[in-house]
Amino acid sequence: MELVFVIIAALTLVSAIAAMSLRNLVHCALWLVLALGGLACLYIQLSAEFVGFAQILVYIGAVAILIVFAILLTRGAGVGDKSPTVSGSWITSVCVGLLVLGSLVFSIVHSSAITRPLPQSPDLTVKKIGDALMTRYVLPLEVIALLLTAALIGAVIIAMRDEESK
Amino acid sequence: MFETLDQIFILLKQGVLGLLPQGIRPLASCLLTVSAVFSVFGLLFAVTTLVERKALGRIQNRLGPNRVGPFGLLQPVADGIKMLTKENIVPRAADRLVHFLAPVVLIVPVALAFSVLPYGRNMVPVELDAGLLFFFAVGASTELAVFMAGWSSRNKYALLGAMRGIAQMISYEIPLVLSTLAVVMVAGTLSLPQIVSAQGGYLFGWIPQWHVLTPWGLAGFVLFLIAATAESNRAPFDLPEAESELVAGYFTEYSGFKFALFFLGEYWGLFAVSGLAVTFFLGGWHAPLPMLQWVPSWLWFFGKLLFLLSLFIWVRGTVPRLRTDQLMNYAWKFLLPLTLVNLVAAAAWHYSRSWDFPAALLWRWLACAAIIAIPYVLLGAALGGGRQKTQRIYRYAD
Repeated sequence: MELVFVIIAALTLVSAIAAMSLRNLVHCALWLVLALGGLACLYIQLSAEFVGFAQILVYIGAVAILIVFAILLTRGAGVGDKSPTVSGSWITSVCVGLLVLGSLVFSIVHSSAITRPLPQSPDLTVKKIGDALMTRYVLPLEVIALLLTAALIGAVIIAMRDEESK
Repeated sequence: MFETLDQIFILLKQGVLGLLPQGIRPLASCLLTVSAVFSVFGLLFAVTTLVERKALGRIQNRLGPNRVGPFGLLQPVADGIKMLTKENIVPRAADRLVHFLAPVVLIVPVALAFSVLPYGRNMVPVELDAGLLFFFAVGASTELAVFMAGWSSRNKYALLGAMRGIAQMISYEIPLVLSTLAVVMVAGTLSLPQIVSAQGGYLFGWIPQWHVLTPWGLAGFVLFLIAATAESNRAPFDLPEAESELVAGYFTEYSGFKFALFFLGEYWGLFAVSGLAVTFFLGGWHAPLPMLQWVPSWLWFFGKLLFLLSLFIWVRGTVPRLRTDQLMNYAWKFLLPLTLVNLVAAAAWHYSRSWDFPAALLWRWLACAAIIAIPYVLLGAALGGGRQKTQRIYRYAD
């Protein structure tokens, strides 16, 4: 169990680092896919099957493809960017990163969450998730649906204006 | 006798496992199942290529392969040897690693999709509560393989084919998923074995309760088949690999066994999606008539699968290819609204199940059919744009 977690976590981290630091954008996108797949494996390992499969379906099936399309449509994909991986302001960014990490660790250590016992992992079926979404959490679900619809319509409108001005 | 024959593969597996030491049994059990699935679908791939070439030959008024073995029966073997012995050529400009990985990324998810299909009574390799979601999740990753193949080849035809392929697969995935959603709504589960068992039993003692025999099921089945044809890039939706325009589309730059792997992936995708159609609409492994129940359940599953495959071959031989603009309009303006209407019809079917008056079933059927048929006619008329059908005049042919 522990070993599996270590392997998956290492895979996810390595591919996430590769996605940040490689110079070829398409390679970055492919490594990002691997990182997202690793996250899905983590969910499945925590026996959250539904979330894991949804993660694969949404992030690998749709978001990754969207990223790849965006890369291909916006610039000459494949020609590596020659600028250095580490920029001049790296000291500042490391400081900012450490500060954020420090404040997060501080607040977690001093919160009551760390002393609370781990909750019993519930016996979840897809049916139960669906019931919860449609009864207790129906309002947040509707709000998100409305937001996404608005975003979709907005995207279409932005795309349409371009065509009219021609 | 019937029980033994029906469960013969389960009994065989248990028998083999009984001979092995306790420690390696779980591993051996996995290996046995996987090798059975791979060999059956590998053989089915060989048979289907032969049948397809023969059938297309008959449709196009020629003989088809008839040189290797009696009636050309050994043609798949010859093809396999040819593919294995061919030189593997990689373009100099290609991104070698991605070029190498693309066929692998295509084959693995497709093979995973086989793991949730119920092939017979008690014969499902992995029983998942969210089986349908798993099926579509792994199916969605094949788009990435198409992109990897097209991009890494550094070839304009390959890239164009990949772009077409991905656009088409994304567009048709939505009607594909939505048409199965009607079944999920009525059966109330995402697990494939439970959907099969929901279709068991016979109405009036002889009408099977398959979903395809309900109005929303019939419409869903047809919509699913159309979307599945497009999803597996087959004619009439084979624009991503249109030979006359793009050489071979996204796998133009592949040769030897890698080319064969793309071919295999395409056919396996078709088998998997046909298997899903059988599970969702054609009653899975259930027999069509009560008196035919003595036939083993797995024979029914594969019989229905072969029926669907021949349907796909027939369609390929008879329908001309669509244009790109027609392709997108068809998915977004026609299939998508109809699948949504189909969901409404399924809901109406669900809520009208308590109707209780003379010939209630008939009225229920007609009412739900009308919910789908009226939008279908209206939508078709609106999209036709008032075009008049005229007799086509051919100048040089009769």
